[in-house]
Amino acid sequence: MVSVKEIQGAAGLSGDQLLDIYYKMLLARTVGQRERMLNRMGKGPFAVTGEGHEATQVGTAFPLNPGYDWVVPYYRDIGVALTIGESPRDLLLAHLSRAEDISSGGRNMPSHFSDPHLRIVSGSAPVATHLPHAAGIALASKLRGLDEVTVAYTGDGGTSTGDCHEAMNFAGVHKLAVIFVIENNQYAISVPTRKQFAVEDISIRARGYGFPGVTVDGNDVLAVYAAAKEAVERGRRGEGATLIEAKTYRLVPHTSDDDDRRYRSREEVEQWTAKDPLIRYRGWLIEHDVADERKLDELHEQAAREVDEATEEAEKAPTPAPESALRHVFVED
Amino acid sequence: MPEKTMVEAIRDAMFEEMKRDDRVIVMGEDVGEGGVFRATDGFAAEFGEERSMDTPLAESCIVGAAIGASLNGIIPVAEIQFADFSHPAFDQLVSEAARLHYRSNGTWSCPIVVRTPYGSGIHGGPYHSQSIEAFYAHVPGLKVICVASPYDAKGLLKSAIRDPNPVVFLEHKKAYRAFRQEVPDEDYTIPIGQAETKREGSDITLITYGMMTHHSLKAADTIAQEQGASVEVIDLRTVSPWDKERVLESVKKTGKALIVYEDNITGGFGAEVAATIAQDAFDYLDGPVTRVASPDVPISPYSGILEEYILPNPEKIADAIRKLAAY
Amino acid sequence: MTKEAVNTHGLAKEQLLQMLEKMLLARALSVRQRMLQRMGKGPMTFSGEGHEAAQVGSAFALKPGVDWVFPYYRDVAVAVTIGMTPVDILRAFFARRDDINSGGRNMPSHFSHPSLRIVSGSAPIATQLPHAVGAALAAKLRKLDEIAVGYSGDGSTSTGDWHESMNFAGVQRLPVVFVCEHNNYAISVPWRKQAAIENVSIRAQGYGFPGVTVDGNDVLAVYGAMSEAVKRARAGEGPTLIEAKTYRLMPHSSDDDDRRYRTREEVEAWSAKDPVAEFPQQLKEMGVLNDNSEKEINDRVNHEVDAATDQVEQEPQPEAPTALRHVLVEGERS
Repeated sequence: MVSVKEIQGAAGLSGDQLLDIYYKMLLARTVGQRERMLNRMGKGPFAVTGEGHEATQVGTAFPLNPGYDWVVPYYRDIGVALTIGESPRDLLLAHLSRAEDISSGGRNMPSHFSDPHLRIVSGSAPVATHLPHAAGIALASKLRGLDEVTVAYTGDGGTSTGDCHEAMNFAGVHKLAVIFVIENNQYAISVPTRKQFAVEDISIRARGYGFPGVTVDGNDVLAVYAAAKEAVERGRRGEGATLIEAKTYRLVPHTSDDDDRRYRSREEVEQWTAKDPLIRYRGWLIEHDVADERKLDELHEQAAREVDEATEEAEKAPTPAPESALRHVFVED
Repeated sequence: MPEKTMVEAIRDAMFEEMKRDDRVIVMGEDVGEGGVFRATDGFAAEFGEERSMDTPLAESCIVGAAIGASLNGIIPVAEIQFADFSHPAFDQLVSEAARLHYRSNGTWSCPIVVRTPYGSGIHGGPYHSQSIEAFYAHVPGLKVICVASPYDAKGLLKSAIRDPNPVVFLEHKKAYRAFRQEVPDEDYTIPIGQAETKREGSDITLITYGMMTHHSLKAADTIAQEQGASVEVIDLRTVSPWDKERVLESVKKTGKALIVYEDNITGGFGAEVAATIAQDAFDYLDGPVTRVASPDVPISPYSGILEEYILPNPEKIADAIRKLAAY
Repeated sequence: MTKEAVNTHGLAKEQLLQMLEKMLLARALSVRQRMLQRMGKGPMTFSGEGHEAAQVGSAFALKPGVDWVFPYYRDVAVAVTIGMTPVDILRAFFARRDDINSGGRNMPSHFSHPSLRIVSGSAPIATQLPHAVGAALAAKLRKLDEIAVGYSGDGSTSTGDWHESMNFAGVQRLPVVFVCEHNNYAISVPWRKQAAIENVSIRAQGYGFPGVTVDGNDVLAVYGAMSEAVKRARAGEGPTLIEAKTYRLMPHSSDDDDRRYRTREEVEAWSAKDPVAEFPQQLKEMGVLNDNSEKEINDRVNHEVDAATDQVEQEPQPEAPTALRHVLVEGERS
């Protein structure tokens, strides 16, 4: 096997790391599919998943230092949560609103990732309200003299909000170590990007805030990784914020309550399915001799097993005690 | 003991807390040069620009960034320049600050204070006069305080800064400089949720907060001089959570309740107090639970004549007292 | 040495003199209100001194009563250019019953005049910009030859409303012009603490339309930029952002003490470039104005302001019970 250090595009990653990336993407895909299945079976009322976004999510989360750096995701970020260290069990406990759900004990909707130990910050549903939080976290890092980096994620729709603008401007003025990742999948539910903004690449907006913006192919996990790594290093060196626009595509409807046939053609979805980031990366790994088909198939089986086990455990896990609904309005002394 | 104005007391509270705990910062528009009401006067010189931080003109982000910073080891005291400008931050307060602890099942919390001047009577027009306590008292997960006295302001602001929950701290701007009161230079706190009986009486319980406390005390004195009813004036100070116990105890003693608040009458916080008294003190009541408040028009028009017409004042409160006393 | 011919952008002599008169009128009104406030005749005033070139230069390119104007509280020169009179302005200062802006309900300098299509605004910053965009949207949907202009300051550019307005206008390609009167301060907060860029006009790129920065103290340059923008808008080519760099010669408001955050040297340096002194000078050099005609204009302006002050001081205040009116529209929808 060729040494990965010599492989073009490997961005300094070892063979194990390259496979770990693949596995995380696989896991994200599998968990997403499982949640949608559970929803269709009537076991979980609601599913919002990120099939298609795996390269963007895993690629941007991979350069971070879990539990040290801060992550402020949005509801599609299964791949981010898993890469930072959440397990399929964690996510399925949330999906099924179990008492042990680390994100919220069944109080928040599923896919509202949160884990204080991993520094994944609890979010809400209003779009982009977490971007000012990310700016504030990074402000605190700066005030405390720490080289923590904060990564905030949102979609193309999120960029139209006042909160997105205010957070980016704030980060620019104070030169904060925040990376804004825009997962541009071309739709805000049904609204296509041409009705969302009048520019081709949203990364151009970074110029208006005084920090760099880059657009990357969000389905090329190593390209995403390289861009993110650079942004992380900038942040740690005290050089301030970066905007990364990752162009990708959502292969599934917005959520289990959405019927995407109403606003996009099957042809379009099929075209993008053919560019599936998982398949593309699998091809790259094989082509560069990082792994062979058998090894990759094993990983698929492993992921399937892991998710099966997690599903079983989550299904068996207890639901919250009803009276617990009254707790935690305020911090209990 | 030194006498201070309310804005001086507020300034002292923040200054002392920032000295006591270097995690505390103040942030907001113009706070760097001392703030438009001078509440952060001298802070930049003492604590530096980073701890006395001028923010861009962006209320949602001021509160949002405060939330974020509070997750990461900072205790932010965010200033919104006027309560009337807080509305862009409503989402951050209601969807985020109020719900974070609950939605994360107790695993995240945001110890922030959002302080802002509120209230009418200073020719501020419709956008420098609003009362906003009802919006936030309605939301589980936020604590809401309304002060109009220097002593209360310092003790409660310190408590707010030390509280692990998000606190909306409303400072009645008419009371900023209107009078002085003895305020200790030492550290002291007043518990959040504790009302104060500012005047004892036996015939009528008058429940109020903010500038209306002062107007109510004047009205009570007028009535006393007429040899009319003996009015007990309770200043809630904390609007949420409010001191039900003290209020109910007083109403059980007097049998009559009058609630006075500056905000629009419909859905104003006093309505909640009224409903609670009607339900929990019914057997003790000798008269209807009555409210004095502003009519349902935007508070408040700029013209002095129009503003005066709308706002409750000592005369209107005295009239209400006489009427209730006669019942 | 030959002097460069001044680009008057097709303006006739009468129009140039009109521009000057509007600038002088606005100046006189700002000064008069400051004086009255200090005399205790009214609680509040917001001076527009220093901004006259940016305001008159831009407003002059509009069609009063046709185009929709969404000013902010410093825009006295916009108001008078579009057609508000000294009586209109001072009635708001004195909170008189017959005040067209608000019947004494809003603070002064919250300009509003329905038949001139100057739209009533509030005090929260930039909330008028989505309104401007909405008016432009209506004009587009109804296929009317009207444009909208949203005025605001440098501080406003940090707000969510600013961003959301710009973006929506860009997506919908609306006939709206955004004029940012960049005077380098949001009350006391200097531009470097407001944004990490030099010129806010660069942001227009992010919304898909042009942005230009002009010398806001050069009334003809502002007029030129605005004419272009208005032309584009009327031709269906969409929005423009004009950043007019200027300076506020007075404190933010009568409640502000600007000595706390800027030096006298800085203020003096900008006073030396006062547009209300520079434009007459320029017109004289062009042969459009001389000392006599200048005096005539000044006398007329001062007389107007004096007469208006005298008139309005005598006028009645609103009747107290009217405070309860107009919460909701009375009657049926038209």
